[in-house]
Amino acid sequence: MKEEIIVSGRLNHLIDPQLHIWHWHIPLYLFLGGLAAGILFFAALYTILGKEKEYPTAVKLAPFLTPALLSIGLLALFLDLNHKLYFWQLYTTLRLESPMSWGAWTLMVVTPASIVWCALHIRELFPNWDWKFNWLKAVETFFNQYKQHLAWVLLISSLILGVYTGILFSAFNARPLWNTSILGPLFLTSGLSTGAAAIVLMSKKASERHNFARIDLMLIGIELFLIVHMFMGFLASTQVHIEAAHLFLGGPYTVPFWLFVVMLGLVIPALLEFLELRGFHMPYFIAPVLVILGGLIFRFIIAYAGQASRWLY
Amino acid sequence: MRYAMAVDTLKCVGCSDCVVACQTENNVPIGFCRDWVVEVTDGTYPRLEIEIRSERCNHCENSPCVRCCPTGASHYAEGGVVLVTPHKCIGCGACIASCPYDARYPHPDGYVDKCTFCLHNRVEKGLDPACVSVCPTKCMYFGDLDDPNSPVSKVLKNRKYKTLIPEAGTNPQLYFLL
Ligand code: SF4
Ligand code: SF4
Repeated sequence: MKEEIIVSGRLNHLIDPQLHIWHWHIPLYLFLGGLAAGILFFAALYTILGKEKEYPTAVKLAPFLTPALLSIGLLALFLDLNHKLYFWQLYTTLRLESPMSWGAWTLMVVTPASIVWCALHIRELFPNWDWKFNWLKAVETFFNQYKQHLAWVLLISSLILGVYTGILFSAFNARPLWNTSILGPLFLTSGLSTGAAAIVLMSKKASERHNFARIDLMLIGIELFLIVHMFMGFLASTQVHIEAAHLFLGGPYTVPFWLFVVMLGLVIPALLEFLELRGFHMPYFIAPVLVILGGLIFRFIIAYAGQASRWLY
Repeated sequence: MRYAMAVDTLKCVGCSDCVVACQTENNVPIGFCRDWVVEVTDGTYPRLEIEIRSERCNHCENSPCVRCCPTGASHYAEGGVVLVTPHKCIGCGACIASCPYDARYPHPDGYVDKCTFCLHNRVEKGLDPACVSVCPTKCMYFGDLDDPNSPVSKVLKNRKYKTLIPEAGTNPQLYFLL
């Protein structure tokens, strides 16, 4: 038997006995970022495809949530920092090696772009809106002219934002559970899926709801596929990765993960959406609410379980 | 120049003097430590083997903590020593999560702190790091690996050694003599 103990009594706060440097802030930030990325992606996509009329909620209404989602996310990130007064240092350099760095910059592109997008559609909410100042009107005319370009910027930056929410974790090889590149596409898919769910919740148009329920169903399928692949990858990898997988396969995160994320957050909503598309009528909000909650719990579980996974040491 | 340290696991008795010396020399806040002593017991009684190691930041040559720092606060200083610049650090904790050895900790003042090899306060003045110079069994060796006559180069030439979790790909520069 081999036993390792720290005999000098190390008890560094938040490090010992188990790493807990990230609390609720980071998973919340990643969830909100993914949700906003999902909503903006669909708004941009259907604008580029010229389908604003068919999908008014996706293009014009749902994006109004995103500046708030992104601001709350950034606030959570800010609250997580231990050296808050130096926050601005984040924006003095761009370090491509550091996901924390390029992710923060991506948010600096996405957030203003989402605000401009909302401003262009403000009359959907307030039909008699008047910008009052002439220069604001000029800004609006300018962006209206280049709306397609703006849509492209949103499309690309929202995809980067969505992938970033996963890569932030997967860049850490010190935490075997996070150290899988599948986390990038997985969190992107999950973000798109929660975005689609939010659109279903907000839409009053049956055809639009059906379209997004169908999209969501497909995204859930991809997510399940990626989750299976993630575990296959872990189980075929080194001892530390096998142990990381066992956190979910018999370890302390087994029940929360399979029950709340997989069953309640993916399988059941997929079933409900499938039945709904087949013409069974049921309260349409149940599936999207479950998808959104599942996405939130998913981020929390990965953030916490990742900090519990470590090298043999 | 490549600063490195070697710790003789056969000589170390686990007295923790290095831990106290570091806390005093570097004003480490109460309740925290930059170095610590690990005792590994292997086997079943009465056939037991024990290994004692004084550990700290490995000043990795390929350090994930420097890579993931968004501001450049974590950086390579002279001789490859990995340091944190407090006024650049935002306390995001990325480097803490990225270190496979859990060698870093959040300083109560907000920034992230860890072993510095006493670079500015001692090594630049020609002294050994505090832990090395205080060790009652003289089990630690420090110096420049590029200089074949430095204590660390000499001892690594003559002894078997290992590093910790080399499979993490960090290329640690803290050697343990076996
Ligand atoms: S031991 Fe940890 S803190 Fe030190 S250089 Fe290596 S990764 Fe960075
Ligand atoms: S906590 Fe400080 S040193 Fe560590 S990655 Fe963040 S900014 Fe860099």
